[in-house]
Amino acid sequence: MVDVAFQRTAPAKATSARTSLHRALKRKSTMAFFLTLPLILLVAGLVIYPAFYAIHLATLNKAMTKFVGLGNFEFLFKRDTFWLVVKQSCIFAITAVIFKALIGFIVAHFVHNVPANKQRRWRGMLLVPWVIPPAMSTLAWLWLFDPSYSAFNYTLSFFGIGPIPWTGDAAWARFSVILVNVWYGAPFFMIMYLAALKSVPEQLYEAAAIDGANWWQRIWYVTLPMMRNIIAITTLFSLIVTFANFDIVRILTAGGPLDRTHIFATWAFRVGIEGSDIPLGASVSLFMAPILAIAAIFILRDISKRGNEA
Amino acid sequence: MSTLTVDKAGPTRKVKYGSMSRDRAWALRWSYFFLILFAIFSLVPPLYMLITSLKSSAEISAATNPWWVFHPTLSNYIELLTSNQFLRFFWNSAMVAIIVVTITMLISVPAAFALARMKFWGSATLATGVFLTYLIPDSLLFIPLFKMLVMVGDWTGIQLINRWYVLLFIYPTLTVPFCTWIMIGYFASIPKELDEAAIIDGASWFQTLTRIFIPVALPGIIAATIFAFTVSWAQFLYPLVFTTSTDQLVLPVGIITTLIKGDVFNWGQIMTGALLGAAPPLIIYAFLMDYYIAGLTAGATKG
Repeated sequence: MVDVAFQRTAPAKATSARTSLHRALKRKSTMAFFLTLPLILLVAGLVIYPAFYAIHLATLNKAMTKFVGLGNFEFLFKRDTFWLVVKQSCIFAITAVIFKALIGFIVAHFVHNVPANKQRRWRGMLLVPWVIPPAMSTLAWLWLFDPSYSAFNYTLSFFGIGPIPWTGDAAWARFSVILVNVWYGAPFFMIMYLAALKSVPEQLYEAAAIDGANWWQRIWYVTLPMMRNIIAITTLFSLIVTFANFDIVRILTAGGPLDRTHIFATWAFRVGIEGSDIPLGASVSLFMAPILAIAAIFILRDISKRGNEA
Repeated sequence: MSTLTVDKAGPTRKVKYGSMSRDRAWALRWSYFFLILFAIFSLVPPLYMLITSLKSSAEISAATNPWWVFHPTLSNYIELLTSNQFLRFFWNSAMVAIIVVTITMLISVPAAFALARMKFWGSATLATGVFLTYLIPDSLLFIPLFKMLVMVGDWTGIQLINRWYVLLFIYPTLTVPFCTWIMIGYFASIPKELDEAAIIDGASWFQTLTRIFIPVALPGIIAATIFAFTVSWAQFLYPLVFTTSTDQLVLPVGIITTLIKGDVFNWGQIMTGALLGAAPPLIIYAFLMDYYIAGLTAGATKG
């Protein structure tokens, strides 16, 4: 109906040449094009173009005067720090996402268990980490981890646990960075899973209970299959965001001690902006692209699948 | 043989029937126990911000219990809120966030309207493409964008690096794709009969948008606005790269670069600044929790 109404002017176009431009503007597709033009310009100019420009930059020498082909990548592959960063990025992203997903899943179940009128309050409290800008909350963590005045170490000393070098020692620093990321990201999983849990029909659990399923079987055979889609998409999203994380690592450890917590984004910043080797920094940040491509394929598949269902 | 096993299973199951409600009660108790643990885990950092912000520097460096304030003072707040520099950061952040929200809405609402209702050549591809660009992270784009801005400065003489208003061009790349995406979802869920009725009554497309779509999809617009505000308020990487002078900084970068002087950490003021910086999103969250959650999660449920 709408289409007909909007296009009503189209056949009349030929009758008068003078008003044809005016009528063309009134046409639906022309109008739609102008409505989406700012969006297209923005995305093309400030997202797509820079993404390809990064590839171009990655092929230049440090002074950006000469084309060196894959020289920057060859240089990176020969450096131990680069492989360290690759390893750390993978450890960081995978560990953090697994723990976020697990904690989110468990907490969502607990929230789902309490009476409905109290769920809002718990949800409200548990989502606070995700509302505070990460740059601000990481400062609080940095202060909690302070080498000399750490409030955690003060508390742990009562249990006889010696002062822990939260950000001073490589292993502990990696742990701290992942801990803060899990703290920040788990609420997102919680809220997504909670919504998914509410959409699982109660009859399925009743049927499972009648068949004598225990709680584990109910989760494994009813909850998880019903939530499969939402788990997949949330994990994928989180994997992208975690892989590209900058704020938390930058503020908490700035990549230290001895580059032992650098991930792609922070190392690209160190090399490209602080070290003013823009081509090398661009090369480093391009290593985030493969994970994005994989995620994009999965998400595209999911969108087209949904399109068929609808 | 088989009858024997059935008999054996009988009594054990009977015991379980009676314990059903007791199981429920225990499950509830355990749920509360773990929820309290997780709530403590979630709330410790913000609470510790608050505790530290109420302490004087002397108390912070004293060897007393860090979890308690013995001599509460507002001196940190007074000092920051009367410091021109801090107010400047706050002002910059507020200006950037408000203008970016406006730009975002002006771009994404009409685009979403067009993509949701006016099917034209390539509209489905464009909608998907817009969503995919949301997945390109800021940490991939900051280096080429930095170089581009430097080149614009070299070619045209317009200095963009180290000006707070450069963020007005850059932040929409973070907000517009996602806002457009969620607005497409909201607009698509509006029944076609509504705009058909408007068209029959002689409304133009512009009137359909302003009189029908925007009022009906208002929850979605609020959610998208909150999302855009939160993202622009919290963004850290772009201002860190593009701005350096203290009068051009936004709040997160300002706190980190000015309150940390070398190795001297003035923790009382840092925590006060962080808390004040976290306040606007927290206040919005406290009053508009449902919209807030809708805005930040819609992409994943609809994607």
